[in-house]
Amino acid sequence: MDKIRALIVDDSSVMRKIIERSLRQAGIDLEKVVEAGNGAEALGVLRANRVDLILCDINMPVMDGLEFVRQMATVENAKGVPVVMITTEGSESHVVQALSCGARGYIRKPFTPDQVKEHVVPLLGKKP
Amino acid sequence: MSVDTSAVVRSHEENWQPILELAVEEVLEIMVGCRVKPAPKSECKTSPEFTGMIGLAGSLCGVLTVSCSAETARQLAKCMLGDVVSSEDQVSDALGEICNMIAGNFKNKLTGLDGRCLLSVPTVISGGEYQFRSLADGDPLDVCVLFEEAPVSVRLELHG
Repeated sequence: MDKIRALIVDDSSVMRKIIERSLRQAGIDLEKVVEAGNGAEALGVLRANRVDLILCDINMPVMDGLEFVRQMATVENAKGVPVVMITTEGSESHVVQALSCGARGYIRKPFTPDQVKEHVVPLLGKKP
Repeated sequence: MSVDTSAVVRSHEENWQPILELAVEEVLEIMVGCRVKPAPKSECKTSPEFTGMIGLAGSLCGVLTVSCSAETARQLAKCMLGDVVSSEDQVSDALGEICNMIAGNFKNKLTGLDGRCLLSVPTVISGGEYQFRSLADGDPLDVCVLFEEAPVSVRLELHG
């Protein structure tokens, strides 16, 4: 597996650190990690950075994760980049909504590094 | 474990007590990396110095709070981060996330809600000199656990 550049979007800085640690514990070789505290900030980060993977919360102030995934299509750097939602929202309707917006995976909090590995690794290096 | 909420009745507090206990234990075990011990409610009677709270709206309406001492909140944050805690903001952030995950984990265990209950962004109060009063009218669900021998109190108050 190549080195991965990841964008982690969550309004909690503690959760962003936990997600990064979980990626490393899942055996994913991270070249670079960029962070954003909400969807609007994440769009700005994407315009300035190329990434290979996005992990994104749903409930966030300013712009939520679902709206971010919808608007990602407008950012050239983001085309084809897999998004995995990591959220406390666990209902089927949220999962369906996220996948129909373009997310490729869905992890419910609380989560283990094994769950991160199971959902993220199959997406790396694959075209949508 | 899951419970069907399609026929929610006033006695739900009794039925949902073990679900809330399980939600608390799972979050603390998976995200904080510690096994907690259930404790009698009398252990949680001391005035908390940190309280995380999150609102529920929709089919379930109310507030969930997580309260503990300042030292326990700092220790929880340290265990979550697996590192030193560099600021009080990180302590508040960690407690807010614990609150968020317990509320989310609890509602995910109730079948029949399917997205009809939403969570607010968490809020954390620090300092001991305050009174917390919710407008919820049901009997609260209380869970008290010991984390490294210190009490952590979780309360769910719902509108009927």
